[in-house]
Amino acid sequence: MLYEYGHIGILVIVALIFPVGALVTSWALQFVNIRPASKPDVVRDDTYECGVRTEGPSLVQFNFRFYYIALLFVIFDVELVFLFPWALVFEKIGWVGYLEGLGFIGILCLGILYAWRKRALEWR
Amino acid sequence: MHPFLITDNWYDLRDLGNLSGRLLELLDDALPFGLVYVLAALIGFAASFLIFVLPSQLIVGVYGERKLIGRIQSRYGPNRVGPFGLLQPVADAIKLMQKEALTPKTADRALMYLAPIVFVAPCVLLFAVIPFGPNMVFADIPVAILYFLAVSSIPVLTTFMAGWSHNNKYSLFGAMRVVAMTISYELPLVLGMLGVVLFTGTLALQGTVLWQKELDIWLVFLQPIAFAIFFISASAELNRTPTDIAEAESEIVAGYLTEYSGMKWGLFYGMDIGYAIAAAAFGVTVFLGGWTLFGLEKWVPPWIIFIGKTHLFYFLFIWTRGTLPRLRIDQLMTFAWKFMLPIALLNLALVATERMFWIEQEADDSIVYAFAIINIIAAAAAVYGWSRALGYRPEETPLRPRLVSEAGGFVPLESGGEGAT
Repeated sequence: MLYEYGHIGILVIVALIFPVGALVTSWALQFVNIRPASKPDVVRDDTYECGVRTEGPSLVQFNFRFYYIALLFVIFDVELVFLFPWALVFEKIGWVGYLEGLGFIGILCLGILYAWRKRALEWR
Repeated sequence: MHPFLITDNWYDLRDLGNLSGRLLELLDDALPFGLVYVLAALIGFAASFLIFVLPSQLIVGVYGERKLIGRIQSRYGPNRVGPFGLLQPVADAIKLMQKEALTPKTADRALMYLAPIVFVAPCVLLFAVIPFGPNMVFADIPVAILYFLAVSSIPVLTTFMAGWSHNNKYSLFGAMRVVAMTISYELPLVLGMLGVVLFTGTLALQGTVLWQKELDIWLVFLQPIAFAIFFISASAELNRTPTDIAEAESEIVAGYLTEYSGMKWGLFYGMDIGYAIAAAAFGVTVFLGGWTLFGLEKWVPPWIIFIGKTHLFYFLFIWTRGTLPRLRIDQLMTFAWKFMLPIALLNLALVATERMFWIEQEADDSIVYAFAIINIIAAAAAVYGWSRALGYRPEETPLRPRLVSEAGGFVPLESGGEGAT
């Protein structure tokens, strides 16, 4: 069984060689004479904003709603991880497991309802 | 036994898994163990990625998609390079390869080069667990569904790496949006998959296919809600057009790809299609019976059935991309959290009840047909009822556009408003 995971490990190396090769080839082509390197220029080396020189700092403030979404995601995703083993052994655990699973899903629903009532799901 | 049925003999090329297994046995005698182990991985990579994924990407993903979207929008699409424009992907690849890749002075160079590399690698890894045929699966691990969900969420990190490294406002906004959207759609997707796992009782993809084959029913009929959620979430996570707020050209230039050019951009573009094909292959395996087709897989190569199904599924992605307008970010977020998540939870509770009934009554396997009918009706009722509960009233939408004066709006005098004689 672990045999298969080792194959995936080797595949990781192959998968990393593939994009590195593409980038290195692209980089190496500037030393061949088919593409003359363009001259350095203030606007060329600047980050793009609208075509003239960039003004002001780039790392600006953004909407705090993103944090709400991230927090909610962490909460619900951790709870979902607990449901996977439950689904796998569902046949063996019988009525007790079924009712406890439903109770857990009910707690998830309560969590969504709470977030909804607190207007954490609104995007304004 | 019928002479034309697929056998387990190595010379039966309709199932390539037998041939490669035989080849490795032969090499095992000649070579030390470690070398065969590496060779097996390389053969698997060549078989799954170089033979299936790259041609699919180039012909269906680049050429077919551009051609079809062109036809949907009443254009010709690519038709200059080669016969019918078929060589367009090759021309694109050469052009991207020789283009100069600019890097801004203020950007974080290391992160900026690392992002496309980390973006490409998971795509190759995703195809490792997809079964192409009875013996044609590269790594038949017992947790394949979990593995697929985990590996397919790595690109979110690279997206944020890319957006952060540019030191550009548009890139940062695009990356923030895409992270928020992707993690919102991850939850209903995982919940939908849980419904499938409850029915099949296995996380292995080959096991899921065999379960569907044994019971003679596709999971799309048993789990219509999960299928719809999978399709919508997949197209959201792939940033395809109905949900491509990450690179909304009219709002934030090109999102997290703003500063990328040349091959760095090319890797992102090419692998976006690779991920779409991976999602299509996963959807076909889980919901549409994988390499089976009502007994036909005993006669024709199963991998041809599988590739055909995958391309048909990919056509659905192209179709939605060509016909649906882009959604706003608040619409997308509300849809994920307020519509799909409650419906997915409801679906999970329903599936658990059905499965419990199945086990407790020790019912016959043909009960799945009854479950399929119940689930399809429940899906329609849940979608209709929940959308009405959230305030969707199609009958109240006026058939013709209302005039400003009807709604009580202000109409200036010179265009015939109040007080005009």
